Amino acid sequence: MMHKFILLALACCLLALPGQAQRVAVVRLPELQRRLSQPSDTTYVVNFWATWCAPCVKELPNFEQLNRAYAGRKVKVLLVSTDYASQLDKKVRPFVARRGLRSEVLLLNETDPNTWMDKVDSQWSGALPFTLMINNKRQKRASFEQEFTQPELTAALQQFLQ
Amino acid sequence: MKKLLPALAACLLLALSSFMMLRTAATGYQVGDKAADFQLKNVDGKLVSLASNKAAKGYIVVFTCNTCPYAKAYEQRIIDLHTKYAPQGYPVVAINPNDPAVAPGDSFADMQKRAKEKKYGFPYLQDESQEVARQYGATRTPHLYVVSRQGNDFVVSYIGAIDDNSEDAKLVKTKYLENAMTDILAGKPATVGATKAIGCTIKWKKA
Repeated sequence: MMHKFILLALACCLLALPGQAQRVAVVRLPELQRRLSQPSDTTYVVNFWATWCAPCVKELPNFEQLNRAYAGRKVKVLLVSTDYASQLDKKVRPFVARRGLRSEVLLLNETDPNTWMDKVDSQWSGALPFTLMINNKRQKRASFEQEFTQPELTAALQQFLQ
Repeated sequence: MKKLLPALAACLLLALSSFMMLRTAATGYQVGDKAADFQLKNVDGKLVSLASNKAAKGYIVVFTCNTCPYAKAYEQRIIDLHTKYAPQGYPVVAINPNDPAVAPGDSFADMQKRAKEKKYGFPYLQDESQEVARQYGATRTPHLYVVSRQGNDFVVSYIGAIDDNSEDAKLVKTKYLENAMTDILAGKPATVGATKAIGCTIKWKKA
């Protein structure tokens, strides 16, 4: 019995090691709205993605890179998964762990996009990936319904920060 | 004032650039617009247009594809919509706008295979130039447009989602498209004419 327990503990440790990945918080819309309406001078780069969305998965490293490059410069990358909440343990957590994602990851637990998408951004037609840049103190906001290459993303942020 | 000008210029530039980056979100049809007819190749090799089915009172035009998990989740529901509404004069027309070079699995041969496997009772057309998707303003799969015949024209009478739960058809509370169809078939404008849904971005040709 003890033997089994030690093995289990060891397995847990091993699983937790790669990349020290972020945990994934599950939020409903009001919580996400609260996060995005902070009156601070931090620029939020909010990327809406999903594990099943190929272009999203392809561009995630660019957001991770941005997160690293702008560490300590009042830029916060927020990766909001639109995967079904039922897929949290099956797909999302393993994905985040496997990729060792360091940016904060949230899972938006809402079932009907028609009730919440406009509240996130009225420009968003529904295609993924979708990215918002928000700075509430400077009352700036930009939205991008597109996939980013690394140079495109950096350029978009630099333009936003000017 | 001097400080304000560069800021204004930057804002304008940003607005312009994000407008340019958003390829289709702000363009395309709104409810009430006239929908242009098209001629696209069906999986049986024949060209199909809106005008070609004289008996149709209108169509449920759905931009969909083989590869998107959301399109797959809705596939059976799209088949069921055709079963329900074709006898009432509104058949389904499915259009695949994806560039197979970007989305392997959405080639014409793959489309033929899928239509056969699932016994589609409706046309499954390839929008090879992606012109039709751009004209309509489709951005994702699945993305639906109900068009109704008015004289020689077709007018857009509903745009958007099928229902409020892509994951599980059994948990659906609001059937947006069916509610709209009830109004449309009664000769009224849809109470809710436009809805939003999540989907896979259309795989546009790499410029």
